[in-house]
This record gives sequence, C-alpha cells and structure tokens, in this order.
Amino acid sequence: MDLLISITVFVLAAYVGFEVITKVPPTLHTPLMSGSNAISGITIIGALVVAGRYGGVAGVVLGFLAVAFAMINVVGGFWVTDRMLQMFRREGRS
Amino acid sequence: MNETQGLIGPVLAGYLYLLAAVLFIVGLKRLQSPATARRGNQIGGAGMLLAIVVTLVHYEILSWWVILAGIVVGGGVGLLLAKTVEMTAMPQLVAAFNGFGGGASALVAAAELIENQGNLDLRAGITVALTILVGGVTLSGSFVAYAKLQGLVPGRPFGYPGQKVGDSLLVVVILALIVWLIVGESVIVMWVLLALALILGIVRVVPIGGADMPVVISFLNAFSGIAAALAGFVIQENALIISGALVGASGLILTNIMVKAMNRTLGHVLFAAFGGDDSTGAGGGSGDKPVRSASAEDVAITLGYADSVIIVPGYGLAVAQAQHNLKELAGLLEDRGVEVRYAIHPVAGRMPGHMNVLLAEADVSYDKLFALDEIEDDFPRTDVALVVGANDVVNPSARDDSTSPIYGMPILNVDLAKHAIVIKRSLSPGFAGIDNPLFYEDNTLMFFSDAKKGIAEIVNSVKEL
Repeated sequence: MDLLISITVFVLAAYVGFEVITKVPPTLHTPLMSGSNAISGITIIGALVVAGRYGGVAGVVLGFLAVAFAMINVVGGFWVTDRMLQMFRREGRS
Repeated sequence: MNETQGLIGPVLAGYLYLLAAVLFIVGLKRLQSPATARRGNQIGGAGMLLAIVVTLVHYEILSWWVILAGIVVGGGVGLLLAKTVEMTAMPQLVAAFNGFGGGASALVAAAELIENQGNLDLRAGITVALTILVGGVTLSGSFVAYAKLQGLVPGRPFGYPGQKVGDSLLVVVILALIVWLIVGESVIVMWVLLALALILGIVRVVPIGGADMPVVISFLNAFSGIAAALAGFVIQENALIISGALVGASGLILTNIMVKAMNRTLGHVLFAAFGGDDSTGAGGGSGDKPVRSASAEDVAITLGYADSVIIVPGYGLAVAQAQHNLKELAGLLEDRGVEVRYAIHPVAGRMPGHMNVLLAEADVSYDKLFALDEIEDDFPRTDVALVVGANDVVNPSARDDSTSPIYGMPILNVDLAKHAIVIKRSLSPGFAGIDNPLFYEDNTLMFFSDAKKGIAEIVNSVKEL
C-alpha cells in the first residue's frame, strides 16, 4: 500500500473525527472519551497478527502482552461506557 | 506478514475492515444525543468484534494458545475493572485504559521489528520507531496520571533537579536513537528507545499538578489514538489508521475544551507546573471582610420560596458523596413548583463531562444539565444560584479583576443571580489559592457545612416549610 494513500486516509479520517466529535454535547464528554478510547483498542488487530505467528520466545511474550493490553482497552472501554450511558435518563423514563 | 492462507482473502477482509471503521463513525455520531448514545456505543463494540473476527479468519494463525491466553487474561481484567469501578474513579480508569492501548501499539511495533529485522523499508522503519515512542510515552504517562488521580503518588507537581536540561538531553538522545533504529534496524536499539520513551512519559507527567490532570488525560487519549494510527502504518492496515485518527481528533478536541475552560494553554499545562491538588486545603481567606452566614432554615426558606434555582455543583460535591442528597433536595423543590436546573462548568469534575456522569448516577435527568454556554445568560433572571463544592469556577475575579491569576477564565456568573447560596466548609480558597469576592457580596449567603450533612439539613428544613 502506498504511503500517500495511508496518509490520505489518515487526514480524511481525522477530518471526519473533528466533524463528528465537535457535535458531541459536553454532558457526554466522559463516555465519549472512554468510548473513543475503546476504539483506539483497534490496535488489537495488530496484536492478534503478531501473537498468531510463531516467532520464538520474544514473539510469544510480546504477542501475549499486546493482545492482553489491547483486550483490557477494548473490553473495559466499551463495557464501562455502556455502564455510564445506561445511567443517562430523562425524567419519567426508566 | 502471511495473509494468504486464511479463510477469507485480502479483498473481502479489506471491505470488512472498512465496514468496522464505518461502524465506529456511526457509533460516534450517535453520541451526539444522550438518547441514542448507548446504542451508538454498542454499534462501535459490534464494529470491534467484527474487526477481531475478520483478523482471526483472515490471517494465518499458528499459535492459537497465545491469542486465547491474551484474550482471556486481557478481557477478564478489562471486564473486572469496568464492572467494579466507582464513577468518581472514572478519570483514573480511563487513564489506565489509555495506557494499555498505547502500550499495545508499542508492542505491536516492537514485534514487527523483531520479525522483519533487516527487511524494513524506510517507511516501515520510521513508523516502527514513532509507534514505539508515542506508545511508550502514552503507557507510562497514563500510569503516572493514574497514580496521581488514585492518590498513590502526591498530586502536587514535583520534578527532579535540573529537569529542564535533563529532559532536553533525553529528547535529543531519543531523536538520535530513532535515526539509529531506522538506519540500523537493531532490536537492542529498539528496546533502549522503548525504555527511554517510558522514562520520558514519566518525567513529563510527574511535574503536572493534580488539578491539571483532566487536560493530561485528554491529551494522552489523543496520544493513544495516534499510537494506534501509527501502528496501522506499521502493519499497513487502514482500519487502524482510520480508528486511530478518529480517537486522535476526539482527544485533541477535548484537550482544547479543557485548556480553554481552565484559561490555560497546552504548553502551560505541560511545561509549567502550577496546579496543586484540591480545594479543601489550608489557607485563610481575607478574614476581616464581613460575610452573611446562614442557617439551614435560612437556606431552605430562600430556596423553597424561589421560582427558579440553578445548582452549580463542583467536585467537592462528589468528594462528599452528596449527589443523592442534592437530587432529593431538587425533587422537593420541584414538588413546590420551583424550576431547578444544573449548570455544569467544563472543569466541574476530574475529566471532561465527569460531573454529568456523577449526577446521572444519582438519577438526575440529563435534560436538566446545562453546559456553561447554554446557561450563562440565565443567571440575572434566576432567583437563587446554589453553589455546592465549587469555588474557582464561580469566582467573579475571573471576569472583573484583570490582575487576578484566573482573569479571563470562563465562569458561571452566580453573583448576577438575585441570591447566591454557597455551601462550603470554610472560606478557604480553591486550588488556585485565590480569594473569592463572591463570598463577601451582599446577595450571597454562606452556609458553612460539609456538603452532605448541610444538604441533608436543608432537606429537613424544606420539608417543614
């Protein structure tokens, strides 16, 4: 894949991010942070790839740690965001 | 990377990764309203599950047990933390999650270097080096922030002798190592670089005070996204680049909001220690000015016979665990026909939006929570502004006194309401150590009490009206 294409994707995605996220109201900024944080756990893809190929002791240790770290980020992030968002209620609704 | 022997080919996998990235964007978009936010987060989670499954069936997996162990251990720890954390401890949890994300990205880059040593092109070398740097700084910096917020190390800023020279030297050595790593592709250089990146994260966050941690967490949030995007450049996967860019944007926006709300610049926060720990510290007010001290009955009468009340909660409310008492008081007032709203300053909690989560936990309806710019014009038309556990964010000096250190900081103009009631233990100044003229205004009633005990007394008095 061409480096220019990668950079193009990065710039456009950052622009989309700015557009979408500036419209998130302040009341949801904490769930936004924990939720977007969970999305940064996408590095799990890389972690699975390096953990999945057999690469000697160093590869196994690094792969295991990378998957474990990324999974803490992903599972914990989405779960705690859900826990917070279910508390946001309007009067008269349960 | 061996991707030819998986169950699905690279084209299908590419489309499915794109779908996952689109799900992240759709999910974030739904965070624009509390009514749709929960579903939005679930959509994002579904995108992540899709990305994980695609990876497992697309790439050739030789060592399933390593992956299984990582998933079980990491998933278990993440779940445990997410299920047990107190809402007041959310900032340190998010800091920790940031750190793990950044650390994972650094490890991915490290493993790529070890696997492909000697075969990296220039672009791969650069991105591996940068990922290790950004990921390492995110990992250690986040855990220092965690330790400060959790009270494991002192919240006050501290450094080491000769820090300026030392830090500059460190940065120069790191830059040299990056060049060396790109040219030489040496695994040992890579480990040294990672170690120095970890040290850099520590020495850069330790000198930042507890009160500035909301900015630091937001900034490290952006860093964790950038680390993920860089890891995407390393393994050449668009899904990582897109998602990392989204998170980077989110973190930078929140950093900017926090910095503005605190009347600081990012450079100030990161490079000039200022913030102390908390508002309940020592230090006397200017004792000879008269204040109007009120009893619980006085406060109850003023509130109970008002038409409109704006409550201004600060972190002191959460420290005293008085959110539920406050909600009870608001309910009683509403039963008497009083209009009750909440004004939330961006730095009311310990991270952006933290106070809103704490009030939501106490079952306060989210349509009664108003941001600074939504409610700032309403104070002159409001009968009573009730300030609980907040100080600097209602200090009129920020508006009126150009010599004040907080001059220019956006505040909630509670002094413009017909009456202001401040529940506070003493006249001690806030973290900035600045006296608050609000306390001495003619239309301000001071109710000296612990937030929880004081509000409980007011509740009892309102019931007797």
